[in-house]
Amino acid sequence: MAAEFRMTPETMLAMKDMLMQHVPHMKALGVEIVDAATAQAWLRVPYDEKLIGNIETGVIHGGVITTLLDNSCGMAVQLAMNEPTSIATLDLRIDYMKPATPGLALTAHAHCYKTTRNIAFVRGTAYHTDAEDPIAACVGTFMLGANRTVPSSVAAAKAALEATAKE
Amino acid sequence: MSETKVPPRDLNRFVAEIPYARFLGITVDQKGNEITTVMAFDHKLIGNPMLPALHGGVIGAFLEMTAIIQLAFETGSAAIPKPIGLTIDYLRSGRPLDTYARAQITKQGRRVATVHAEAWQDDRSKPIAAAHGHFLLKTSEEPAS
Repeated sequence: MAAEFRMTPETMLAMKDMLMQHVPHMKALGVEIVDAATAQAWLRVPYDEKLIGNIETGVIHGGVITTLLDNSCGMAVQLAMNEPTSIATLDLRIDYMKPATPGLALTAHAHCYKTTRNIAFVRGTAYHTDAEDPIAACVGTFMLGANRTVPSSVAAAKAALEATAKE
Repeated sequence: MSETKVPPRDLNRFVAEIPYARFLGITVDQKGNEITTVMAFDHKLIGNPMLPALHGGVIGAFLEMTAIIQLAFETGSAAIPKPIGLTIDYLRSGRPLDTYARAQITKQGRRVATVHAEAWQDDRSKPIAAAHGHFLLKTSEEPAS
C-alpha cells in the first residue's frame, strides 16, 4: 500500500505535529514526538489529571508509562527498518524504578539495537528530564512482517500526507 | 484462588475513583469472588487505525489495572498496590471490540505479590494478551509508580 514510503528520522520530525493526530490513542493522551534518529525515538506525554492512577498522590498510572514505552519502541523499530515493515509487539517487560512526579511531563526514549529477519530487539527508558534517572525501563521484542497491513506510524504518516494534499 | 479476608468491597466504586481507569473505560463485573474487568471499546483506544487495532499499551495498562483490582479485592487493602515489574505477552491483535480480563494471584507475600492476568475479546479460549507482574503491597517510598 505505502510500499514506496519509508519512515526516516527526517520524515518523522517533519511530520511530527500531524503524525500523532492520526493515532487515536496518542491523540487522546496528547503524546508528541520529541526527537527521532536512526533506530531511536523520543516521545513525550504531558501530565494530565485524567491519567492519575492514585488520587491520594496524584501519580500517573503505570499503564501510561507502558503505553508511552510501547509506542516509542515501535517507532524505534520503524526507524531501524530500511523499508516499511508491519510490526507487532511480541513482548514487553517493564521495570518501574520510582513513581513519576505529579505535574511533570514524561519522556520515553527507545532504541532498537538489533534486528534480525523476523525479530527486532528494543530497549527503552522513561524519565522526566534526566535520562540517567529513569522512572521506568523496558525491553521488548517485535515481530517483523507480522501482517499485511502497513505499520501504524507509516499509515498515520500516509493519512496525514493525504489530508494535506486535499487541503 | 485465595479466600477473601474482608467482606467483598464495591470494586466498581474502587475503579471509578481511579481517573486513569475511567479514562480507559474500565468497569468490573463481579460475581461473588469472581472478578472480570471490562474495557468497553472506544475509538480513542485505537493504536493502529489501519487494522484497526487497540493500542498495545492500552492492553498492557488494562492487564495491569486488572491485577491491581484483583489485589485490592483479595487483600482488602485501601492502598493501591504499586507495580514493580510487568511482562506482557502479546498473543493476538486487539480488535475494536470490548475486552475482558481476569487476574490470578500466583503468590502473595508480605510485601510483594506475583500476579498473572489474561485478556480476551469474543472468545475466552483465544486470549489477546497475558501479563505477569510483581506488585508492592505496602506503602513505601521505594520502587514503583
